[in-house]
Amino acid sequence: MHKKMADNPAEPEKGRRSFLKRLWLALGLVATAELLWFIGSLLKPSRETHKSRPADTLRVIGSVDEFQAGSVTPDRVNRLYIVREADGGFLALSLTCPHLGCSVLWNEESRQFDCPCHSSAFDRRGIVLSSPAPRPLDYLPVIIEEGKVKVDMSSVTKRKKFEPDQVTYAI
Amino acid sequence: MTDHPATEKGEKSRFGLILHLHPRKVRESTLRYTLTFGLGGMAAMLLVIQVITGLLLKFHYEPSPESAYNSILNLQESLLFGKMLRNIHHWSAIAFVWIAFLHMLRTAFTGAYRPPRDMTWLTGLGLLLLVVLSNFTGYLLPWDQLSYWAVTVGTSLLSYIPIAGEPIRKALLGGAEVGQPTLTNFFNLHTGVIPLLIIALMAWHFWRIRRAGGVIVVEKDKESPMVDTRPHLVNREFVVAVTLLAAIFLISSLLDAPLRDRANPAFSPNPAKAPWYFMGLQELLIHFHPLFAVFILPVAVLAAAVWMPYVRSTDKNQGIWFLSPNGISSAKMAAITGTILTIIFITVSEILPDPEVLLPKVPPLITTGLVPFILATGTIWLFLKYLRRRCSPNRAEIIQAVVVMIVVSYAVLTITGIFFRGEGMNLVWPWNR
Repeated sequence: MHKKMADNPAEPEKGRRSFLKRLWLALGLVATAELLWFIGSLLKPSRETHKSRPADTLRVIGSVDEFQAGSVTPDRVNRLYIVREADGGFLALSLTCPHLGCSVLWNEESRQFDCPCHSSAFDRRGIVLSSPAPRPLDYLPVIIEEGKVKVDMSSVTKRKKFEPDQVTYAI
Repeated sequence: MTDHPATEKGEKSRFGLILHLHPRKVRESTLRYTLTFGLGGMAAMLLVIQVITGLLLKFHYEPSPESAYNSILNLQESLLFGKMLRNIHHWSAIAFVWIAFLHMLRTAFTGAYRPPRDMTWLTGLGLLLLVVLSNFTGYLLPWDQLSYWAVTVGTSLLSYIPIAGEPIRKALLGGAEVGQPTLTNFFNLHTGVIPLLIIALMAWHFWRIRRAGGVIVVEKDKESPMVDTRPHLVNREFVVAVTLLAAIFLISSLLDAPLRDRANPAFSPNPAKAPWYFMGLQELLIHFHPLFAVFILPVAVLAAAVWMPYVRSTDKNQGIWFLSPNGISSAKMAAITGTILTIIFITVSEILPDPEVLLPKVPPLITTGLVPFILATGTIWLFLKYLRRRCSPNRAEIIQAVVVMIVVSYAVLTITGIFFRGEGMNLVWPWNR
């Protein structure tokens, strides 16, 4: 027994060392994760930290009579287009091209939206006429109250195609 | 010249730093200018110019959307040499991308990427990416129409990277669109994070060169005599650096850095173009589905570049551009084929009606993504097969041919994007733009 101890004096030592090594490694990983989390929270979009009040997200664009049937009206401040259908319905389209974020322009002559960056084109309901845009223009819900056209800026909605429920009618 | 009295004590300590970067003696054959064209040294010189001019600009610049544009206008109009300072920073930045890229090409051509120089190649690759990133982050700072939309387009590219893309884009922008948080992020990246990373990586890059025993030596010159670094190498480096500085000053006094109208988020200029080094990518985007153009293709090219040093090869093209006449003819053929195929590809994709019209039922990921991708890779594969039969190149020469083809194709795309795209990004002749 005496001999055994003399033979392996490093045995318990070894176990302790590898345990400590692993402990250091684990601590290092925890510290790295913590650092990354902290950097991530520094970079977090500010709109998530100071959330805008719900009242701010509903914007009055104009009164119903201002928009003629079949017209497309830009609102540069809110970065959207108000499309009035021939039957009087309202559709709000985002100005931002879903391809790479340029602002699309309404072309009255050809009756379509053109993107100046990569020549995508959309029809008046925002449906892709020519690529590279991968999906139609995003739309925003329109609310009509007391003859005013209001748009909920907080919910820019992606879509695959035009559906009748994207249009709002004045009752 | 160790026996020379001038290199004793006093001299030694005064020039200690130079000899810290360089070995005491270098092989005479490596001094030949056409071995390296001094490109690495030029890149280092450009970094010095960028750090100095950048620090000076930082005294005047205000990183906020309200005042950034005016601070640049003010710098240019009311400060003596203010415009010159910005011009130097601008043209050096462009030169930096060019020089770093040419430096990499030279390394690729002379086979200087193989072990033991693999880490030099990889750190160099990292440096090239950082230089481009530094360029891109600096692009936003003037806050004019050019920078605002180039960065909007550039960061939107990220959203096509699967899963991680959108979170990365949001973190970089600090919100859903380019605004104050974006400027804060980009300013810090441009003037702090990236320069520090470049300097650290550059130190590593230099150290790996020392570890590999200096720049690559041509096989037949292995026995060329050793000469003193000072004056032989240092004087040559000095001449290259001063010539470069003179060229930058000359260009900066003749050509002004562009500054358009103040950024207006509601109006994209027509056409809205990305920074020139991304124009090839933007051109690719017109023809390819974004997932392929900004993710699959670039990642494939990058992965190939990382893997390049580790391709097993017995060929020794150490320090020479072409191993054999076969290599020259295969590189030439790759260049010609790359040019013609890319031009054909652009023209055909322009003439063909849009896939939405042609095949409205098939998703665009297949029509504008998978189909052209398979066509393109298929053509390259066929070409390589033909090359093997025709020129019987060895492995190093095949790698060279592929590098040539990729570079030439990207060059054609870039030239098309810059010079042949007019309003609405339609194809036009440069003189009709």
